Amino acid sequence: MTDRKPDVLKSQPPLLYPPYASTRLRAPQQPLIQLPARYSDLTQPVYGHLPLRPSDSDLTRQCPGGEPQGERIIVTGRVVDEDGRPQPNVLIEVWQANAAGRYRHVVDTHPAPIDPYFLGAGRAETDSDGRYRFTTIKPGAYPWRNHPNAWRPAHIHFSIFGRSFQTRLVTQMYFPGDPLQPFDPMLLSLPSDRARERLISKFDLDITQPEWALGYVFDIVLRGDNATPWEERA
Amino acid sequence: MSGQNESPVASGSQTVGPYLHIGLDTEPRHGVMVGPHTAGERMRLRLCVLDGAGQPVPDALVELWQADASGRYVETADHPNPDPGEAFRGWGRRATNRDGWTLFETIRPAPTTSADGRTQASHINVCLFARGMLRHIFTRVYFAGDPMLATDPVLALVPEARRGTLIADRVDDMWTLTIRIQGDGETVFFDL
Ligand SMILES: [Fe+3]
Repeated sequence: MTDRKPDVLKSQPPLLYPPYASTRLRAPQQPLIQLPARYSDLTQPVYGHLPLRPSDSDLTRQCPGGEPQGERIIVTGRVVDEDGRPQPNVLIEVWQANAAGRYRHVVDTHPAPIDPYFLGAGRAETDSDGRYRFTTIKPGAYPWRNHPNAWRPAHIHFSIFGRSFQTRLVTQMYFPGDPLQPFDPMLLSLPSDRARERLISKFDLDITQPEWALGYVFDIVLRGDNATPWEERA
Repeated sequence: MSGQNESPVASGSQTVGPYLHIGLDTEPRHGVMVGPHTAGERMRLRLCVLDGAGQPVPDALVELWQADASGRYVETADHPNPDPGEAFRGWGRRATNRDGWTLFETIRPAPTTSADGRTQASHINVCLFARGMLRHIFTRVYFAGDPMLATDPVLALVPEARRGTLIADRVDDMWTLTIRIQGDGETVFFDL
């Protein structure tokens, strides 16, 4: 793949990755046109989201009358840029399957139970140190039809607004020690072990709340928005 | 994990997948970017997304970023009223429907001035996400009949034969553009 800048090639998947079958008709064939930084409107976008409520970051308390089934977890971490600078006031949106591996979505026909007490979507904002925190349940693995006997490893979808158009990121968080990971085309599409490790959260006993919830740490590294323009790179 | 002189590897992109609506298409008001007090010429923008087989893409998400009626990008998040329709933010988001298209209500942005002093014709930045796309891709919407198209510095980077893929047409009372992800008439996509 030669469709990206060298620094980005180390961390980002290609657009065409045939083992993920749906990329075959959804990857541009023409090379992307490099847009010089002076034309790419780098002003910080204003996403205009509605104010956050406490229940937005606690996915176990969004349905009156009960709590979701499954293993209660805390997911927390920091959003930083490539130079390690914390990214405050970043909006993070998450969505995920329930503990049985079923999404609350009309397109999901996996015959696993819907959980009446789990919607599977949340939002949080980073604090001044770039830190965020969600309470949720551990999602289950689920089958998909990409190839025979294909299963997605457990994951939580993350959407992150950085400081600019350039740093917009949608990714997925995985769990340590998941035996499905070596077979997952999504994770394998990343260009290096380091890039894959970046998306696998770490179990952390210090985050774990005794007799309540297991803790996982998932740090997010956004591209620096003051990166050297392409035409000035060596 | 990384050496001392090695900067940390950036988090890699992953597809939004087929269930993107649960997390990202939760607020219909994000498709209505204008409110009663927004300055500028109101317009509706209809974007249709097709895959490499010419089929509509029913599980894509479109985000727009644009300048306001004075050619500026809104810079502060501290609006007194957070309702998207109340104060113009220049940002919109909407998923495609089962026929692969989506509709925004916004204003026509004014031309903008680049860091090098050159003027860019009225345009809207588009960020496209979809199942089957491991990363999002960027494109732009310009407007047919705009005399400034001839001098726009970004269009000048695009081979002439492909420029039309970025130019919306006025159909009835709507600006309309088809985004072809792959194949014949493939839309021009940018790397930022
Ligand atoms: Fe998923």
